[in-house]
Amino acid sequence: MTGATTEDPKQQEDPRAAKRRARAQAYAEAAGAGWKVWLAKIVMLGIIDAASVYAIFVLAASGEWLVGAIVALVTIAVNYIYLRPGLLPAKYLTPGLIFLFVFQIFVVLYTVYIAFTNYGSGHNSDKEDAVNALLLQSQTRVEESAAYPTTIVENFGSFFLLVTDPDTGEALIGGEEQPLEPVADAEFDGSKAVAAPGYTSLDFSGIIANQGAIADLSVPLTDDPNDGYLKTTDGSTSYVFISNMEWDPVADTMTNKTTGVVYRDIGTGAFTADDGTEILPGWVVTVGFDNFARAFTNQDIRGPFIAVTLWTFAFAILSVATTFILGLFLAIVFNDPRMRSKKYYRIIMILPYAFPSFLSALVWAGMFNQDFGYINQVLLGGADIAWLQDPWLAKFSILVVNLWLGYPYMFLVATGALQSIPEDIQEAGKVDGAGVWQVFRLIKFPLLLVSLAPLLISSFAFNFNNFNLIYMLTGGGPRFPDAPINIGQTDIMISMVYKTAFVGSMRDYGLASAFSIIIFIIVAAVSYIGFRQTKVLEDLN
Amino acid sequence: MMVIRKSAAIAALAAGSILVLAGCSSGSSSDETTAPVDGGELTVWVDSDRAEALQDVVATFEEETGSTVNLVIKDNSKIRDDFTQAVPAGNGPDITIGAHDWLGSLVQDGLVAPLELGDKVSEFEDVAIQAFTYDGQVYGLPYATENVALMRNVDLAAEAPADFDEMIQMGNDAGTQYAFVVGLDPANADPYHLYPFQTSFGNSVFEQNADGSYTSTLTIADAAGQDFATWLGEQGAAGTINLNLTQDLSKEAFNAGESPFIITGPWNVADSQAAGINIAVDPIPSAGGDTARPFVGVQGFYLSAKSENTILANEFMVNYLGTEDVQYALYEAGNRPPALTAAYEAASSDPIIEGFGAVGAEGAPMPSIPEMGNVWEFWGVAEANIINGQDPESTWTKMADDIQASIDG
Repeated sequence: MTGATTEDPKQQEDPRAAKRRARAQAYAEAAGAGWKVWLAKIVMLGIIDAASVYAIFVLAASGEWLVGAIVALVTIAVNYIYLRPGLLPAKYLTPGLIFLFVFQIFVVLYTVYIAFTNYGSGHNSDKEDAVNALLLQSQTRVEESAAYPTTIVENFGSFFLLVTDPDTGEALIGGEEQPLEPVADAEFDGSKAVAAPGYTSLDFSGIIANQGAIADLSVPLTDDPNDGYLKTTDGSTSYVFISNMEWDPVADTMTNKTTGVVYRDIGTGAFTADDGTEILPGWVVTVGFDNFARAFTNQDIRGPFIAVTLWTFAFAILSVATTFILGLFLAIVFNDPRMRSKKYYRIIMILPYAFPSFLSALVWAGMFNQDFGYINQVLLGGADIAWLQDPWLAKFSILVVNLWLGYPYMFLVATGALQSIPEDIQEAGKVDGAGVWQVFRLIKFPLLLVSLAPLLISSFAFNFNNFNLIYMLTGGGPRFPDAPINIGQTDIMISMVYKTAFVGSMRDYGLASAFSIIIFIIVAAVSYIGFRQTKVLEDLN
Repeated sequence: MMVIRKSAAIAALAAGSILVLAGCSSGSSSDETTAPVDGGELTVWVDSDRAEALQDVVATFEEETGSTVNLVIKDNSKIRDDFTQAVPAGNGPDITIGAHDWLGSLVQDGLVAPLELGDKVSEFEDVAIQAFTYDGQVYGLPYATENVALMRNVDLAAEAPADFDEMIQMGNDAGTQYAFVVGLDPANADPYHLYPFQTSFGNSVFEQNADGSYTSTLTIADAAGQDFATWLGEQGAAGTINLNLTQDLSKEAFNAGESPFIITGPWNVADSQAAGINIAVDPIPSAGGDTARPFVGVQGFYLSAKSENTILANEFMVNYLGTEDVQYALYEAGNRPPALTAAYEAASSDPIIEGFGAVGAEGAPMPSIPEMGNVWEFWGVAEANIINGQDPESTWTKMADDIQASIDG
């Protein structure tokens, strides 16, 4: 694509004057487009600018300076492009480029970033959150300890707990770092102390207005911190808690007070004791190529890896081949001018393509049921064939279902391609004395491949990662009897990755992203080779 | 000259897409926890069924405390993942509805805060509190329990069977196509539905502490577990337990009167009654001599670890959601036995709820420790293989070894 050139071909003119003239021409041209176009342009840009300014304010308020700056830059660029005459290619490309970046490039970059982190179960946030959660979890109420009726009181902006000792009935008061002490002349409402001289008692709305500070308030029972402390969770009752974890922000350690074990931050994204035990939750850290190393050295995968890889290629290639052969055959049959009511047949052909594949796979799974399935019961008169439990039959079943799901697409594209082949080529072949089969093999088929080969490659890439079908139909089963993890005979790479990275309730997004990148490289390499081969075909035209 | 200009423009544009991203991320600010204004504000995630039932209590709470409660209706299947992603990002809710078996993972991810029920603990069914206890701390407010039991077609079997063999005998006498049905999966059996038979041999998956919580010590492969595996192999050979009878098929068979017995949960009651089956709910007959104890799942409300409105959230959960009227309203919305004892007693006037509740009271809470996730992977496949005739003992032992290896990572 070439830009709209503003160079004037006449050499003898002063270049600056020429530039000026060209610019004036461009302005005149743009203005000549009419005021409606300008108005529409201004309105659209106004909407975009308003949205961006709002976004920048929101981002600045939440401290996202980098993203905010990028938004500002982009907005300026967009205004520049659309307000300045010329720059025609940029005007056309901008919206597409923005969406390309957001929905493709950003996603890819983010996946790459995740592949280099330990993001997953137990490592899903920053260190501050992890420390906070660990401290929350380590606070336990002292067994069988009494509940203290409580009033929240305030003095010069600090909050205090005014509690009534459940044993003696006397009023006590205490605050952060200030152990409980008796209050001489507290006011009682019934048996509960509700006010103390010099302090302001808070009602419920007062408590809610300051709930963060009040919830964080812990009042030591005595000078000895090991006796525990009072905390309130609802503003009207306090309980005695002890915490068995201690966070030392200076030394950056967590200490378990019961066992005395010290856990340090050693850069692995979790507090770790000297003997290597980690306490979770941890936080997200970058781990370099660890995930890729694990992907290749994972003991669990190593055994079945070869079998799964072979099956993945076999599944993808056979799926493309079978659907293509059937689709092409039907397309040729229905392209015959002697065939009647072609329209209705074609509609029926396309039906499997119209059903969601999720649903189809589940329905097929039911039809393949060994004892009650339609195929065994009705088609085969009560046969007892374990379609989905036998390793080879399960593979066969998957290919059959994928054939059913996939041939309409091939039928559609082959029909289109056939109709674009001029009739006179066939005639010429016939005149030269070629048979029908020869005409097809030597003339039609190569011409078809010119337009269909890229689609076959994309179909291969799609089937290579056809997770839905495998997951819904067999779940990857039947399992390899000797595999130490849940990997089966019909698992393809992507479903194996899913099972490895998301074992049970453990989700390891870092590992999953690393695997995704590896699979992407394989598919990209195959596609590249495929496209290189199809270049040869293009010489036919 | 032109070339440079163009590429500069493209670079600027690429950066521009961040604008759209920013738009996406700032668009979800509606369910962020905000700093309290006057009476404070709470965001609660619920599923659509429960949202109806909570309308009244929310109105009462808003009136009495002067606060605002935003009920955000979430799709049931997405709640867990959304919560896991939204809380660390700082735009999660204060409270979310959820199932108790998520607890271990939620704690390990640091997403939920303990809830101090104080003396209210004793007002709930024991199994519900046990289910929401992790490392000695209670983490949620339970509202309903669910478990499987034996559903019986009264017209085909007049009495509740005493044990498994008697049930098969009664089923054969009834002359129906199946003596009894339980929904399984051809490849993965269904450990959840078969678990009561497993416990009737005295076996459990993990060791249980005195307070009902589980340790990560695997007990599935002890002698009792082997007995169960052997029994399972016998049933597979005898054809009383059929892998190919899926959930849907077993339900159809029972609802068509083709079997007097089915092992199922409250979720199938409405359909069976609609099919005109006269049902009763009984304890699951024992196969190994001990009580058959099914897994009990408990639903409840979790408090987010990053909530800034903890006092208000506590007030709402403990003193509003934990009251009889609310628990009863939730029962009416979901038809599961309530977790609060008083509400359960009120709901027990319905013999079916009473039946499921009685079985659940004997049941074992589904382990909520993260290690349970590693068990499901192997458990069902091993059971399916045994039913299909593989050697019970070695299959069961290998399964336990695989689980242990998977836990040890």
